[in-house]
Amino acid sequence: MDRVGEVIEASTNDFVAQCYELYQSPPLGSMVKTKDSDVELYGIVYNATTTSFEPGRRPIARGKDETSEEAVYQASPQLLKLLKSEFSALVVGHRQGDKLHHYLPPKPARIHGFVYLCSPEEVKEFSQSFDFLNILINTRLPVAMDERVAACLRQMSQVYEDRRAFLVAAGKELAILLSGNFNQLKAILGRIKT
Amino acid sequence: MNEETKRLGIVTSGSLTKGVEVRLDSSASVEDMAVGRYVTIEGEKQRFFGMITDVSLGVIDQKLTLTPPDVSDPFMAEVLAGTSTYGTIHVSPYLTIGGNVASLLEGAQSVKTVPSHFSTVNLASQRDVELVFGGEDEKRFYIGTPLDMETKVCLDLEELVKRSNGIFGKSGTGKTFLTRLLLIGMLQKGTAANLVFDMHSEYGWEGRSEERRKVKALKQLFPSKVAVFTLDEESSRRRRVSTDFVVRIGYDEIEPEDIGLLRQTLNLTEASVQAVYQLYREFGNKRWIEATLELEDGDETKQLLARLNIHDSTYRNLRRGLETIRRLPFLLPHAPDNPVKHILEYLDQGINVVLEFGRYTDITAYILVANLLTRRIHAQYRERMEKALGEDIAPPHPLVITIEEAHKFLNSEVSSQTIFGTIAREMRKYNVTLLVIDQRPSGIDDEVMSQMGTKITCLLDNERDIDSVLAGVSRKSELKSVLSRLESRQQALIFGHAVPMPVVIRTREYGSAESYKEFIPSRETESRQQAEKDIEELWE
Repeated sequence: MDRVGEVIEASTNDFVAQCYELYQSPPLGSMVKTKDSDVELYGIVYNATTTSFEPGRRPIARGKDETSEEAVYQASPQLLKLLKSEFSALVVGHRQGDKLHHYLPPKPARIHGFVYLCSPEEVKEFSQSFDFLNILINTRLPVAMDERVAACLRQMSQVYEDRRAFLVAAGKELAILLSGNFNQLKAILGRIKT
Repeated sequence: MNEETKRLGIVTSGSLTKGVEVRLDSSASVEDMAVGRYVTIEGEKQRFFGMITDVSLGVIDQKLTLTPPDVSDPFMAEVLAGTSTYGTIHVSPYLTIGGNVASLLEGAQSVKTVPSHFSTVNLASQRDVELVFGGEDEKRFYIGTPLDMETKVCLDLEELVKRSNGIFGKSGTGKTFLTRLLLIGMLQKGTAANLVFDMHSEYGWEGRSEERRKVKALKQLFPSKVAVFTLDEESSRRRRVSTDFVVRIGYDEIEPEDIGLLRQTLNLTEASVQAVYQLYREFGNKRWIEATLELEDGDETKQLLARLNIHDSTYRNLRRGLETIRRLPFLLPHAPDNPVKHILEYLDQGINVVLEFGRYTDITAYILVANLLTRRIHAQYRERMEKALGEDIAPPHPLVITIEEAHKFLNSEVSSQTIFGTIAREMRKYNVTLLVIDQRPSGIDDEVMSQMGTKITCLLDNERDIDSVLAGVSRKSELKSVLSRLESRQQALIFGHAVPMPVVIRTREYGSAESYKEFIPSRETESRQQAEKDIEELWE
């Protein structure tokens, strides 16, 4: 299974995971999972950051005399140890036993829980119902709603043979959820059309 | 899902008086809907049967109408269809069908409530329509099919002839064809004897369709049951019609009331009409017209007019009018035969009478003859009916009198005076009813219109005509939208006693050899053979 990181911060709504390698965070909108005892939490990646380990210490520009970006990292190998990549995932559902639920789990993720990228089969199973879109739309997050919804649907559609049919079905669901906000609907549809 | 039960959508709102709103599923396109089509609504306890009376478009957010999305993008269009943008249809429930055993036995019942929220709406299946309009049987006559369906819509002819009925429509929309069909129906089922005042000579013998094709008429299809009377022997002979009787009318049969009715067409003044009564009294009922026309300019006449208190200009006016009548060639000073007696003889034998006017399509002749004959025939029927009541014998066979250009007889000015007004009003008491054919129903008196049992109307587009046809019908505005959208040919809206609910039909085919065959009952083998011969001739 594709392990992409480890939980370092968790709340009911979302969890933050640190990648094992710099810049190795999963793509925006992809579906990840982590485990808390018998409950498997599903999240949608909505944000990713790469920052310095020490909050007060900002990186400085080093490439003035270098010919390529790669050369910068080669000249200062310590950089890889001073920077970290993290990503945040919005919890959109969970699996308890055999049952898949499209709502928040009873408890948040555990710190140091391993985070995996979901397999195409899991994505397919989860996206049989569009109930998760409601959480994705209504939770207040620093990333624009239309961007995260569109990214999520684009990612999910990749596991389907008939991408268009999936996106049309999702679009219809969105049209109902966003019935009062046509501009936002239009923005999302513009971002997911094939 | 098969074609039989095509789901359209769900009920979202509505009321009994205004009908229900149905939101269409995204799979059902508004463009496939049509006003006048039938749907069934699956309520919780009953099934409702209704008609689409309006189709409209809805949006979930008004912004969509202000900044329309780019629908040239098929993805966008597909997503929005049925969600943000949707179609609605307005359905008027008319009947409830099925449900429990009792209602199955009693057939369709008129609707007294509306289906509950979110009931499923389906296109009506053939079976549903059959259940409502019934199959062809001894008293039901197949008149056409509902739009886009193969099911037969049947008229209950026994109910039909109990009241006066009307066939309306603009010129060229198929009134004549419909009338011919109805007359054939009555002939075939034998529900009533018919007397047709055939202004354009198209019901008795051959007529022509709009495409100038020859079509057969009553006498050719039912030779033993139809007698053709004619006013114009020459015209009939030229058209090779085998006529049974040539009608001649004597002056002595014209009564003042007949002149009163002709006031408009003869351009008579009110005073002239009054003068007629005075002259009638003066000269006696047998020869008043002759006597009036024989008056010569002179002192004698002047004295007479002065005595009768008739002004000279009134006299001139009247005389001019009477001269017009006298010029009608079928009028003789003394008729050799009594046409009324002959007509009644035929009617008594159950033979239908078509009176052809030949060249005399002039409205004066039509009004005069129709009114004159009908008054006498009605009087006879009245007498017989009263006798039947008194002596407890069988009442006379129902009689249906067909008149064209009915607004000339039944407009509000003269309807109270003419016999037709009386027949339309007193309805079935004397077993005489009218079949009124007209293209200007707004010209017919409201009271007469309101008494009509069944109205069959082809396309009408004048607002006043539509209003007058639909006066007194429940859910008028909805039927109005149906009526004004009928196609100009072969389509008609029927409502009233003879059908359980208003229905738009595509008129049954008429005019082909095959269609004639269907009309003729099997026992009329002779005509059947003739029809078969016709079919063979077609292939030669």
